[in-house]
Amino acid sequence: MLGEGILKGLAETAKNFFGSYFSKERLTTVEYPEQRIAPIEATRDFPFLVYDEENRDGGGPEWEAGLRCVACQICEKECPPKCIYIEKSKDKKLDYLGKAQYYPARFDIDISVCMSCQICVEVCPFESIKMDTKFEMSTTDRFGGLILDREHLAKSNTYYHKIHPTEAAAVDAHLAAEKVKADAKAKAAADAAEAKAAAASAVKPAVKPAEGAA
Amino acid sequence: MIEKMDQIFVSLLHWLISFLPAFLQPFVGVVICVAVIVCLYPALFALAVLLERKGLGRMQNRYGPNRVGPFGILQPIADGVKSLTKEDIVPLSADAVVHFLAPVVLVVAVFMGFAVLPMGRNMVLVDMDAGLLFYFAMSATTELSVFMAGWSSRNKYSLLGAMRAVAQMISYEVPLLMSSVAVVMITGSLSLTKIVAAQDSYTGIFPHWYIFTPWGFAGFVMYAIATTAETNRSPFDLPEGESELVAGYHTEYSGFKFALFFLGEYVAMFSISGLGTTLFLGGWSAPFSFLTWVPSWIWFFSKIMLSICVFIWVRGTLPRLRQDQLMNFAWKFVLPMTLLNLFVAALWHFLGEGWQRWVFCSAILVVAYVAMGLVEMRSDHFGPRKYRYAE
Repeated sequence: MLGEGILKGLAETAKNFFGSYFSKERLTTVEYPEQRIAPIEATRDFPFLVYDEENRDGGGPEWEAGLRCVACQICEKECPPKCIYIEKSKDKKLDYLGKAQYYPARFDIDISVCMSCQICVEVCPFESIKMDTKFEMSTTDRFGGLILDREHLAKSNTYYHKIHPTEAAAVDAHLAAEKVKADAKAKAAADAAEAKAAAASAVKPAVKPAEGAA
Repeated sequence: MIEKMDQIFVSLLHWLISFLPAFLQPFVGVVICVAVIVCLYPALFALAVLLERKGLGRMQNRYGPNRVGPFGILQPIADGVKSLTKEDIVPLSADAVVHFLAPVVLVVAVFMGFAVLPMGRNMVLVDMDAGLLFYFAMSATTELSVFMAGWSSRNKYSLLGAMRAVAQMISYEVPLLMSSVAVVMITGSLSLTKIVAAQDSYTGIFPHWYIFTPWGFAGFVMYAIATTAETNRSPFDLPEGESELVAGYHTEYSGFKFALFFLGEYVAMFSISGLGTTLFLGGWSAPFSFLTWVPSWIWFFSKIMLSICVFIWVRGTLPRLRQDQLMNFAWKFVLPMTLLNLFVAALWHFLGEGWQRWVFCSAILVVAYVAMGLVEMRSDHFGPRKYRYAE
């Protein structure tokens, strides 16, 4: 009969109306500034630079000394909206493998331009740029306030473990494996130097292409 | 005491004007009444907007506004301050005079309707013999203001919205009038006070409201449909269909002019609910004979607020109609039903007292409703649109 559907609909909305006063499951609203839900692990918004807490080079603040970034500028080149600006250093610092590398003298990300695509993270060979979960970045200065420099971008590896535990563990495992490999190579090179006159064939396996050269 | 509470506003007015010289009394009395009406309904409007936002929120399992004041009850004040402090933009190519006049005409026309509505026992501003006629004359003027707004804005969305609004309001004006005429036929008077007085008696504890008769019930349903369309409320809110027309005829209005349109729309809802209450729901009379000690004005305003709640409930439930569905519904279903209802009302009158008239009148209306629902509102009318020429 005509109007049956309307009555059914009215009953449904009435049920919702009164139900929302009685059942907590109906009101799914999270009243944001006061209530928050923890972000899921895959949350990502803007990139940050990971630094290791061990101070390898002695000088400078911890965040600067431990930066994994070697200023290779791959992310800068790959960034689709071109929001990354890097200036390479003149001198070199030791990286986590104990190798002398360049470091970024300047590393700026304009988060007003960044589109959170995560391409910089995917292309980085040094596991040095990762996605953050911090999203409350409003500022009163829409030009300077939205350009994050090295100091603002640098976050510790501990922080990375806190926001993306699974991913960070995988990255750590990878870096440890790299380190073991590099150590083995160094050891092999040392052995080779020691037994310079002896059989050259023992050195052969160590002559693999160095991984991740800038 | 009961009598005193019932007549408290009337006595207050008499007491106030008794301080004045006799020749000034009628004039000042009217001015005071007008001032009260003009202040009271915007206050109710604020309440209704809050109620609507909270109610709709709850129907959609949201909280609704809850930031300004406890439970968000100060939200209307914040909205009012916002609309007052906003820039009033008039498009460069708009007809500035008409653009300015449109909201004013709307609000004036809407408030004029309250002049003849009895809001309680002896509480009517002008007890006009042709009150109903005056009311409809005034409510029809709102169409003019809507078209003024749409035309003067010189904006395609405004104009389309205004054209839709005029088509819709004129189409539904007919069933609106027809459903009211049944009441006039039975009462034998166009005076709204007489219509209320005719319903203010009881059988046992039950009142003699017109909604409790077959023709009255059918008339009330048709009246409710027509008023929903008349006030441009969902599901008949095509004139301001925001999904296709930005905001319809008030697209080019901002600041307080927009607030006036908004106010006009809600006050029109109050006024037309007030008329529906007067015609079918017994006006200010109590719903049960043992509740007659409650002041009459409380009943009138509770009935209005109840109607507003139903408006909100319907808005929260139904999706918007398409223009052709709207017109089909008006001309093929509502109008024939109201015409039939006139006949049934006449039958009711001539069958006299007795059980026969209840049976006959109900039977005719139910059969007509079912048949018309099956024939006129066949689903192929409401199916996907068929293009006859553009293939």
